Amino acid sequence: MSLAPGVPMAAQPAPSLPGRGHARMLRLPRSLKIRVGLGMAVFFTIVAVIGPWIAPYNPSASLSTTSGVPQPPSAAHWLGTTQVQQDVLSQLLAGGRSTILVSLVAGAVATILAIAFGVTAGYAGGWLDDLLSMLANVFLVMPALPLLIVIFGFLSRTASPNDVLIGLVISVTGWAYGARVMRAQTLSLRGRDFVLAARIAGERAWRIMAFEILPNLVPVVATSFLFTVIYGVGTYTALSFLGVISVAHWSWGTMLYWAQSAQAAQQVHIEWWWFLPPGLAVGLFGTALALLNFGIDEFVNPRLRAAGLTGRPRRARPDRRAGRAGPGGRPRPDRPRAAAGGAPAPRGGQAA
Amino acid sequence: MSGPAAGGTAARGGAPGGDVPLLQARGLTRNFRVRASRARPGGGLVRAVQDVTVALPRAAIIAIVGESGSGKSTLVKLLARLIRPTSGTLLLDGAPLPRSSRGRREFARQVQLVLQDPFSSLNPVHDVRYHLARPLRIHRLARTRPELDRAADGLLERVALTPPGQFRGKYPHELSGGQRQRVAIARALAVRPRVLLADEPVSMLDVSVRLGVLNLLADLRERDGLAIVYVTHDIASARYLADAICVMYAGRMVESGPAAVVTDAPAHPYTQLLIGAAPDPDRPAAARLTPGDAATGPAIPAGGCPFRPRCPHAMRVCADAVPALADLGGGHASACWLHADGLSAAERSALGRGERAAGLAPGRRAARPRREAR
Repeated sequence: MSLAPGVPMAAQPAPSLPGRGHARMLRLPRSLKIRVGLGMAVFFTIVAVIGPWIAPYNPSASLSTTSGVPQPPSAAHWLGTTQVQQDVLSQLLAGGRSTILVSLVAGAVATILAIAFGVTAGYAGGWLDDLLSMLANVFLVMPALPLLIVIFGFLSRTASPNDVLIGLVISVTGWAYGARVMRAQTLSLRGRDFVLAARIAGERAWRIMAFEILPNLVPVVATSFLFTVIYGVGTYTALSFLGVISVAHWSWGTMLYWAQSAQAAQQVHIEWWWFLPPGLAVGLFGTALALLNFGIDEFVNPRLRAAGLTGRPRRARPDRRAGRAGPGGRPRPDRPRAAAGGAPAPRGGQAA
Repeated sequence: MSGPAAGGTAARGGAPGGDVPLLQARGLTRNFRVRASRARPGGGLVRAVQDVTVALPRAAIIAIVGESGSGKSTLVKLLARLIRPTSGTLLLDGAPLPRSSRGRREFARQVQLVLQDPFSSLNPVHDVRYHLARPLRIHRLARTRPELDRAADGLLERVALTPPGQFRGKYPHELSGGQRQRVAIARALAVRPRVLLADEPVSMLDVSVRLGVLNLLADLRERDGLAIVYVTHDIASARYLADAICVMYAGRMVESGPAAVVTDAPAHPYTQLLIGAAPDPDRPAAARLTPGDAATGPAIPAGGCPFRPRCPHAMRVCADAVPALADLGGGHASACWLHADGLSAAERSALGRGERAAGLAPGRRAARPRREAR
């Protein structure tokens, strides 16, 4: 029923957890993935907020009219210049806001749509479920990029580029996957007794969906949100790289557009400072969100943690205890290396 | 827990009198249409509950006993109006129920249901306070926060979760199974219902805490005059708690009567099987009837008495028609051709191999002292 075998499984034990989570969420999460991902995401968010203000130059201004060759990084231009002598660092800082804003708007709106469609379909069942599921499937199979190119082709004639509007349009093609996952989760929750108990108590349908089912879906919602933000970054970058969205509107995608049109990667001396920073920025922002996503998965599904995927010392402890368990602290006979050499086993010896 | 002594409730025997029963079901039937599957090619109709008539007097406890798949949970859902009957009527105070959503709410305020599994009937994301406050808010019994807190504390005290302050802020996972079931009962009591439907309220609990919850139910009836429908597969606990017992098999009521009579002198072969299945060190193993249940035993036949493949007294007439509930006197009734009035003794012996006296109500069983309930 679900398209992603991993997601519903990971979210399965969720209903038993959130209560415990209250205390746990106050601490810094132990998972290294969450820490790194969170750190990177916070960094990018700060860049998005203050980037345009701390940019050393106007990103669009040609700082010199004498040279037509991109300059490599220098003290004056930390990330070098473009062909028309614009400061790459300023473009990167200025373009970050648009890129991140668009992706966050796309992620938020798509998640809201996914909740509205998925939870309603899963809870209501019957013809409404059939209808909403069909709609989600249509959006799922529709090729998103060509559709968006057509939509933005119309929009760019009438309106100047607006980050919120762009995010809204992208979200239209990004909600269906999350809706399917949430429908599947809702279907499994709907049969739980606490939903029946709420009905017996006289709760209305919208309240059951919003206050009984949705809180149990928080991990799925968070995962879905991060997933669609990644989708938003990729799609927005692709669209502006293709020049579908006004190339005068600075984003990491338009930087790549200009670098590509100047053939920065095909010159004799590859002008890496021009195309690498925006490309890396997109990649690292996506990585941050993906790390957070993995972290949430582990947070929600203790089985992944038990498997030692976080690499926390937890993995080493049973070994040490097993070594101590040897009779009298002597190396156990089932450890051939220690027995043959006569040397004390690395840990068994200490225990004696 | 200061429940009444074991003898106190059960020894009362027959249902206490009252002119109009509080909750009454007449000929309730519910069929489920099922999709075609390998087990049922071409789909089919599951007759979950068939023609069940039952009356719950005020402040009485009746037990509905039956094995898995006997339709007792469907019956209790019908009684709670969670599902609509295929046919039959439900009466509250002798009056039919309005279909409007307002009528439903009012019914829900009077008749509350406690679900079987306390591990899934409480939402893990909400604390005890929330679970108790919601019904109060929905039915506008309390509005302000101090009012709600006071009401919640009162409810927790009623189900013996004391001190209430210690439990109010707890989440379900912080409570034991017995404590959770008490919270579930408190939630049902929040709207001050007159009828409590308890669907196997102790089957998911540790044996050690079952008695406490059963005594709580007995106590609620004793103190607050709550009428209780207690659904169970454990006939011993039914005898311990209930005034009257109704035994169900394959969606039909096969025997009903005062708890002591039904358990001491069971008239229907199925009831005898149920009682025989309850472990009893005093009884030699040979006296038990062949076990098996709806899932592992022979399939339930389409026509005639549904119990006949497992019945040691099966006769030819059993395959022809379903026996009606026949009155055996003293409120005791049984749906078995062995007790049917329509057949004379000669006819009976001509039709089948069973003799009425053979396996029924042996004196030893009737004379045996009441067993202690588990």
